[in-house]
Amino acid sequence: MSDAAIALEINDLHKSYGQLEVLKGISLSAKDGDVISILGSSGSGKSTFLRCLNLLESPSQGQISFAGETLALKPGKDGNLEASNQKQLERMRASIGFVFQNFNLWPHMTIIENIMEAPVHVLKQDKQTAYENAENYLKKVGLLDKKNSYPNQLSGGQQQRIAIARTLAMEPQVLLFDEPTSALDPELVNEVLTVMRDLAAEGRTMLIVTHEMRFARDVSSQVVFLHEGQVEEIGPPEKVFTNPESERCRTFLSSHL
Amino acid sequence: MELQGFGHLLLSGAWITIQLAICSLFVGLLFGILGASAKLSSSKIAQAIGNGYTLFVRGMPELLLVLTIYFGSSAVLMAIASIFGYDEYIELSPFIAGVIALSIAFGAYATEVFRGAIQEIPKGQREAAMALGMTRFQTFRRITLPQVWRIALPGLGNLFLVLLKDTALVSVIGLNELMRQTSVAVGNTKEPFTFYFAAAMVYLFMTSISMAGLYFLERYANRGYHGARA
Repeated sequence: MSDAAIALEINDLHKSYGQLEVLKGISLSAKDGDVISILGSSGSGKSTFLRCLNLLESPSQGQISFAGETLALKPGKDGNLEASNQKQLERMRASIGFVFQNFNLWPHMTIIENIMEAPVHVLKQDKQTAYENAENYLKKVGLLDKKNSYPNQLSGGQQQRIAIARTLAMEPQVLLFDEPTSALDPELVNEVLTVMRDLAAEGRTMLIVTHEMRFARDVSSQVVFLHEGQVEEIGPPEKVFTNPESERCRTFLSSHL
Repeated sequence: MELQGFGHLLLSGAWITIQLAICSLFVGLLFGILGASAKLSSSKIAQAIGNGYTLFVRGMPELLLVLTIYFGSSAVLMAIASIFGYDEYIELSPFIAGVIALSIAFGAYATEVFRGAIQEIPKGQREAAMALGMTRFQTFRRITLPQVWRIALPGLGNLFLVLLKDTALVSVIGLNELMRQTSVAVGNTKEPFTFYFAAAMVYLFMTSISMAGLYFLERYANRGYHGARA
């Protein structure tokens, strides 16, 4: 593991909303094949951190490097950083998958159209190839029979599995998951976690913001505990879950396990 | 009803009315999308242009707009031509002037319909597209706009019905559309009731067809929303 290449490196990331500083300098690096779970109570900045990595949220300071390439940033009008090279940002986003809490499938397209959209329009795959790939990813998440349905006809768990397939169709090198099961009814959580476990077992590089403690303990190579916009505890799951150094982390885990 | 041989005149007028309405609709939709994009832009200048557009145009009778554009444009065109040493009388055809005036008016109201519809699309829809590496333009064209239609169609349908009837205003600058041809027939036959009633039936027919078309468009735009889970 130790000689794997660095997939994603974040250095001293800050984010403020006006006077309120929600990220106070976070550094983190993920090697190829790492599965990093990010834990923390609400308001700890974990979702904001994840959204800053592909600039869905503009950080106010810091550096982000992806596969050895640093994302070029410049100060924008509102004082936050923005991409100084839109093409580079789009290229990086295409190889960093992002799975949202609310799925964000496009309701006006069928399932297969949702999955084909970015491969056809961003990667310029021809439609036949994109269609066949989409079918394979649908098979992978176990929903091939839904390919001609519309998102609103599916359950939340099914929608999230489709959203994962849509992300995988871009063949991303890193996958970011922003509380992928938090919007689901309890009985639907497992079907999504099962898909994610399979992805982790394939050796994919993943950063996961989650409240599913048992899942995090099982699949992670690293666990990060954020508190008030700072890394409070970081380490392998067996250490963080059984013997954390931070008292806050201990309290948090004891109330969530 | 005896139209005394003026039936074909009314029909030729109706055909011009349809062409005028359809051309103005397409140009007007373009103005509306541009207007809404300007109003929602982060650029202060674009916002000011968008606001100025809707403020002036919505604050003015359509008739005044038609007259101003028809007579004003010829003054402007002649001034420009004289710079190039060209001194003859130039004017826009009444049809072109009519399309410009009606689409400017339609666009101003459509701007507000589009603006409201764009704001109703959840932010996550755009974020999902951008997170996959789509450009802003691709995101707008492929993700936002198709969903905007669904929300905007009832409002735009209303505006189109108003536009269809506002075409009658262009008769004042001499375009031989339905209203003007009707007046010609009335002048010749001295039977106002017969011809005004006939014209009313033609307008009613055109609006009914539009409403039916709108129904099918709305049904198409709502695909994927039927049988939705709560």
